[in-house]
Amino acid sequence: MQSGIQSSRARVEAGLGRRRRREIIFRVFGLAATMVGVFFLVAFFSTLIAKGSSAFVQTFLQLEVEYSEEALAPGGELDLEFADFDGIARAALRKKFSEVTTRNDRRELNRLISVGAGYQIRDAVISNPNLLGTTGMLEVPASANVDMLLKGNIDRDVPESQRPLSDQQIEWIDQLIADGSLVSKFNKALFVNGDSREPELAGIRGALMGSFYMLLITIALAFPIGAAAAIYLEEFAPKNRWADLIEVNINNLAAVPSIVFGLLGLAVFINWIGIPRSAPLVGGLVLSLLTLPVIIIAARAAIKAVPPSIREAAFGLGASKMQVVFHHVLPLAMPGMLTGAIIGMSRALGESAPLLMIGMVAFIVDVPASITDPATALPVQIYLWADSPERAFAERTSAAIIVLLGFLLLMNLAAVILRKKVERRW
Amino acid sequence: MVISSLKETGEYRRMTDMTQPKMIRDATTANAVKTGEPVVAGNKTVGNVRCANPFMVAENINVYYGDNHAIKDVTLEFAKNQVIALIGPSGCGKSTFLRCLNRMNDSIDSARVTGTITLDGQDIYSKDLDPVALRARVGMVFQKPNPFPKSIYDNVAYGPRIHGLANDRAELDDIVHTSLERAGLLKEVKDRLDEPGTGLSGGQQQRLCIARTIAVNPEVILMDEPCSALDPIATARIEDLMDELSENYAIVIVTHSMQQAARVSRRVAYFHLGHLIEVDDTDKIFTNPQHKLTDDYVTGRIG
Repeated sequence: MQSGIQSSRARVEAGLGRRRRREIIFRVFGLAATMVGVFFLVAFFSTLIAKGSSAFVQTFLQLEVEYSEEALAPGGELDLEFADFDGIARAALRKKFSEVTTRNDRRELNRLISVGAGYQIRDAVISNPNLLGTTGMLEVPASANVDMLLKGNIDRDVPESQRPLSDQQIEWIDQLIADGSLVSKFNKALFVNGDSREPELAGIRGALMGSFYMLLITIALAFPIGAAAAIYLEEFAPKNRWADLIEVNINNLAAVPSIVFGLLGLAVFINWIGIPRSAPLVGGLVLSLLTLPVIIIAARAAIKAVPPSIREAAFGLGASKMQVVFHHVLPLAMPGMLTGAIIGMSRALGESAPLLMIGMVAFIVDVPASITDPATALPVQIYLWADSPERAFAERTSAAIIVLLGFLLLMNLAAVILRKKVERRW
Repeated sequence: MVISSLKETGEYRRMTDMTQPKMIRDATTANAVKTGEPVVAGNKTVGNVRCANPFMVAENINVYYGDNHAIKDVTLEFAKNQVIALIGPSGCGKSTFLRCLNRMNDSIDSARVTGTITLDGQDIYSKDLDPVALRARVGMVFQKPNPFPKSIYDNVAYGPRIHGLANDRAELDDIVHTSLERAGLLKEVKDRLDEPGTGLSGGQQQRLCIARTIAVNPEVILMDEPCSALDPIATARIEDLMDELSENYAIVIVTHSMQQAARVSRRVAYFHLGHLIEVDDTDKIFTNPQHKLTDDYVTGRIG
């Protein structure tokens, strides 16, 4: 017996070194895996912020604008049809460069101002007709190329033929910088405008509103339906072959590629039911279908995690099935269900493929005012801008991604706060 | 011999389940029953299953979990104002039988119960009887203290609330206070009724669960090993409590502790492999059991 104990001890000790080595190797691998993940995350965020942050400021031209009656009110009265708002902006810029006379030069000079300048003057005059005949300082957006030059995205050293600004234009810009007419300011247009062909006027407001309406529809549909389905399946449905079949299919649905849901939306909601194309209503319906399985699975897991002892206690007191579910199971499962819902929402917010199928990829300038107006969504807007050749759209793509990530972060934060609030602290 | 050598009742049960008919015959021959009767399915329980003034009567109860025959033809009567203890080795079916008495087995899909159980003359498995109404009359206390994650007050008030027993807040306050008082908990918690019930100690939690049960004013209280998760001091308090409660209620307790059964109960029912082997007055079971299996169990040779 004694020798038996000794040989066991010897064997245990002989194996110790190997066990320790294995543990160390595993730890090293784990640490390495974590480091790789962190490295890519940091790399991703730093390039994104480096590329996108410049889009939050924008170059503006300070001009002394003369609201001449001659240009604005050729018939004696303000006439929106014939008023030459662009002309006024151009004239104001030309005043700074008296040496520019030839038609070609004038055209080149005009290209330094954004077409948005004309709209801005029009809005100013419409809101305040007393401006007619007066002169005032006005800040109008410079064209995207001027902006890019100032941000260093256009290289002065490449040959003239290979850059969007001529030597002459660069010289004018330098003069404008020297006399302080070019200023960098917060890029409000990015947040208040819809999409535009002109990068300096393009904004994400339309896409944001589109995404907002869609998420509203998605949460309003997917959470109640998902929660009801989960409660029914978990608490009330008989456990038989049909229940198993439904469970398998819900799990499969969660793994269906999202574009398939887009096709379904196109076939059913647009072609069959006849909801207008590109509308957030269709998008919301499609995203609801997409998130339903996720919500159902999360909610079922949360319901399953409620300790059976609580149910038994309630049943033992004579609570009916309904009372057990609504008084005890749901309050305990709610944090998990809400977390599942918000994870589903986050997925819906970042989804673009199904939206391409239902026409939400169109170029839409107007900010949607209702759920049936044509709209795009944030991820689709990012896709559209990433596709645009203008250099200025590159930084706006990154900026839009930053905004999208910001919203995802906010939603996850909301999930955490909601969880903390709803969760029983005992 | 086979049985007594296998102290692990789980192991023993598994073996017997596989070859039940043979094993039972073996067990019968190995443990010559004192009364001379073999322990085969269908045989009568030794002792006296009847009692004076029966309040709840279980006749020929069989319970099946799918193909597993868990309770075999059990007949037992319960009297008012009396504590009866169900004892037996693990897996013998005493908890299953207990859960038949308030139809808690309903929630298990594969469970099937045959036979009749009457409460005050009324068949509790009849279609007209709602299990909700039954459970208001037959309360239950579980093995592990399971207070709701709510305040102490809400724990006790939950039953009266769902059954609409109180007309106003004052009445509800009254029910909560008397229930806590009768469960011997009021003194300890009266200043913190709005604190979570789960913050109490194990023994206090179990008394809270008892208070919660008696707040509904049941006629029978089922207790499924109510002290197995408690220390001896808390156990002693619960046992005292049972003694007091037996003045007003019929109490059925499942326990693994024979000392506890001896202390708290007036009658004892010994279960073995789904059979009800012997029922009699407590002192008789512990001093002079009629059946060999009961004798083996109470003297510690099996179980």
